[in-house]
Amino acid sequence: MSDTHSQSAFVRSEILPEAPPPVRERGIVKWFRENLFSSVANTILTLAAIWAVYYLITATGPWLLNGVWTTSSLSECRDVLDGRTGACFSVLAERWNQLIFGFKYPDELYWRPGLAFVLLFVALAPLLFAKVFPRKLLVLTAIYPFLAFYLIWGGTIMVPVFALLGFVVGFFVYKRLVLQSASMGLLGAVVSALVFWYVTGFLTGYMSNFLALEPVPSRDMGGFMLNMMLGVICVSLSLPIGILLALGRQSTMPIIKWISVVFIEFIRGVPLITLLFVANVVLAYFLPPESSLDLILRVIIMITMFASAYIAEVIRGGLAALPPGQYEAADSLGLDYAQSMQLVILPQALKISIPGIVNVSVGLFKDTTLVSVISMFDLVGMIRGPILGAAEWNGVYWELFGFAALLFFIVCYSISQYSQWLERQLRTDHA
Amino acid sequence: MKQSVFFAAVTAAGLSAGAAAAGTLDDVKARGTLNCGVTTGLVGFAAPNANGEWEGFDVAVCRAVAAAVLSDPTAIEFVPTTGKTRFTALASGEIDMLARNTTWTFTRDVDLKFEFTGVNYYDGQGFMVPKALGVSSAKELDGATVCIQTGTTTELNLADYFRKNNMDYEPVPIETNAESQQQYLAGACDVYTTDRSGLAATRASFETPSDHVILPETISKEPLGPLVRHGDNEWGDLVRWTLNALIAAEELGITSANIEELAKGTNRPEVNRLLGTEGTLGEMLGLDKEWAKRAIMVGGNYGELFAKNIGESTPIGLARGLNAQWTEGGLLYAPPFR
Repeated sequence: MSDTHSQSAFVRSEILPEAPPPVRERGIVKWFRENLFSSVANTILTLAAIWAVYYLITATGPWLLNGVWTTSSLSECRDVLDGRTGACFSVLAERWNQLIFGFKYPDELYWRPGLAFVLLFVALAPLLFAKVFPRKLLVLTAIYPFLAFYLIWGGTIMVPVFALLGFVVGFFVYKRLVLQSASMGLLGAVVSALVFWYVTGFLTGYMSNFLALEPVPSRDMGGFMLNMMLGVICVSLSLPIGILLALGRQSTMPIIKWISVVFIEFIRGVPLITLLFVANVVLAYFLPPESSLDLILRVIIMITMFASAYIAEVIRGGLAALPPGQYEAADSLGLDYAQSMQLVILPQALKISIPGIVNVSVGLFKDTTLVSVISMFDLVGMIRGPILGAAEWNGVYWELFGFAALLFFIVCYSISQYSQWLERQLRTDHA
Repeated sequence: MKQSVFFAAVTAAGLSAGAAAAGTLDDVKARGTLNCGVTTGLVGFAAPNANGEWEGFDVAVCRAVAAAVLSDPTAIEFVPTTGKTRFTALASGEIDMLARNTTWTFTRDVDLKFEFTGVNYYDGQGFMVPKALGVSSAKELDGATVCIQTGTTTELNLADYFRKNNMDYEPVPIETNAESQQQYLAGACDVYTTDRSGLAATRASFETPSDHVILPETISKEPLGPLVRHGDNEWGDLVRWTLNALIAAEELGITSANIEELAKGTNRPEVNRLLGTEGTLGEMLGLDKEWAKRAIMVGGNYGELFAKNIGESTPIGLARGLNAQWTEGGLLYAPPFR
C-alpha cells in the first residue's frame, strides 16, 4: 500500500476551493436563459414583448411627460404644446372636483364625503381583517352606514339615529322570537323596525334642526362619489338579501321557495339597463310628480335587487357544494335551523363563495357607470355630458377616460387582491 | 269599507294629479322653482361650467321663463335628460318645460301630445369632410363612407338624400357624438354628418379646424325649440311669448344695455307694451307688467344670447343664417305684441 503511495507523482493534500459555476449557469445570465430565452419560441415571444413595451413607452411617454396642467381650455393646451405630442391634463386640474363629487355638490362641503370615504376604511377594517382587530370594533362598522348618511346627505342627526335605533329594536325582537322559529324572528324584526320608524318619522319632523348639517339633496351628487356610493351601498345591501334569497330557494316551505325562485329568475332574466330605465322612466308615471322617492333611491333599489339575485345564485352554489354530512352533523348536534345555518353551514358555504361574490361585486361596481345612460352624472356621465359639452374642453378624450379607468382600476384591483388574501387566510386544508 | 277608502284615495290622487297638470303656472309659483329639462351636455346649448352653473343657448330660454314667472333667473331646477328620457320626463310631469334642442316634428307634436312653443334655433343636417378630399358639394359624395349616429332622424335623412340623388354610400354606424369625432379623425369615414350646429362645434374642437370643411348643402329641416305638455294652454302661452319677447326685443332694438332706459317709457308703443309701460299684456298671462323686461334682462335679447353662446365670436362660431331676423333675411318672426 505504502508502496503505491510513494509512486504517485502528485497527491492532493487539500481540497480545491469551490469554483464558481460557469457564467451560463449563474446570476442574471442564468435567470435570463431560464426565464426569457429558454427555447426558440420563448425567445421570439420575449423579443416581441420587448418591442411591444418599447413601443408603448415611446408612444405614451412623451404624451405623459409633455402633459400640460395649467391652461384653461383645449385650444390653449394646443398653443402651449405648439405641435408637440402631449396630453392636456388641464381638464383634470380644472374639473377634478366635478369628476370626483359631481358638479352640484357645494364645494365648501367636500370635506364631508371626503371624511365619509376615509371613515369607510376605518369601518371596513374590523370586518375585512377580522383576525387582526378585536371583535368589539365591529360596532364601528355597524355605526358607519348611518354616520356616512349623515355626512353625505346632511340634515338632522335624528334621522340616522332613529334609523339605527330601528335596527337595534329589530335585532332585539329577532333575538327574542328566534327561539321559537327563525322565520317568526325575521318577520317580527322587520315589523317592529317598520313600526318604530313610522312612529319616529313624526318626531324627526319636529326636530329637523337638531344637530343638523346643511342638507344636500341626492340629485346634487355625482362623479366618482356617486359610483362609490352606489357600489358600496348596493354590494353591502345585496349580500344579506342574497343570503336570505339563497336560503329561501333551498327552503322546504313552498311559498318562500317560490317567491325566491321567481324573484331570482325574473331579475336574472332582465338586463340591468332595463331595470334602470324602469327606475327612471316608468316609475315616474306611477309616482306623483312631487313624490319624495328620489332618483338615487330608486336606482339603489334596482341595482340592489339585481345584485342580490346574482349573489343569491353564487351562494346557492356554495351551499350546494357542502357535503350533506355537514347538514346532518349540525342536526345531530341538536342545533335548530337558525343555529345550524349561522354556526355550521353559512361559514363554510360563504368561504366557498368568496371568488364568486367578489366577481359579482367588481362587476357591479363597474356597472354603476350605466346610470350615466339615465342622465345621472356619475364619473362617466360627468365626462360624457357636462365636461365634453363645455366649449373649452370639447375634444379631450384620452385624458378624461384614462383618469376614469385609473380610478376604477385602483378600486377593482384592491378588491380582487383583498379577496385573494382572504382566501389564503381562510384556507384550512393545509395544502 | 276599507276598499272604498282605498278607491277614494286613488280617485283623490287622480284628481289632484289632473289639477296639477292643469295649472303648471300655479305649481311653479307655489314651488318657487321652475323644473326645466335640458340635455346632459351639448357644446354651446347646455352644459354646466367649472362652477357648476348651467350655461348655454337652451339654458337661456329656461332662465328667461324663470325670470318672467319667478323674478329670479336662478330659481331653476335643471333636470338633465337624454334623448331617450326627455319625453317621459315631460309627459310624467317631472319637468315643466323641455328646452333640449328637440326637433319640432308632426308626431312629437300630435302623437306624443306635446306643444312646441316656437323655434329658438333653425338647424339642419349637413356634411363635414376633410379639405384634402377636395370635395366642394354633397353631390360629389357618391361612394363615400359616412359616419352616422344610429337611431336618429339624421340616419333616415341621409338615406333619403342619397337615394334621391342616385348615389351610393357606406354607413359607419356610431353610438355617440364623441365616438364619431374620434372615428372621423382616425379616418374611419370620409364624411361625418349630423346637425350643422353639431358639425360646427365638432369642427371647432379639432386641432386644425381649417383642414375640414362643412359642405354648403343642408339636407333636412330641424327646427329646434322648447316644448310643454298638451292640455295646459296658459303655461304654453307663457313659454311661447317669453321666447317671442326675446326675439321681438332684438327686432325692436331692446338690449340688456338700453333696457333700463327704454323701460322708463318711449314714444314707440310696441316697446312700451312689451316692457309693460303701456297696456296689460303681463296680466293677461297671469304675470305682472314687467315680466318681459325681466326675461330680457337675464342675458339680453335673442341676438345677444346667440352671440354669447354660439355666435361667431365663440369657439363654435355659428353664423346667424336662418336664425337672423326676418328683416335681415332670416326666419325669426315674432308675432306682434298687441
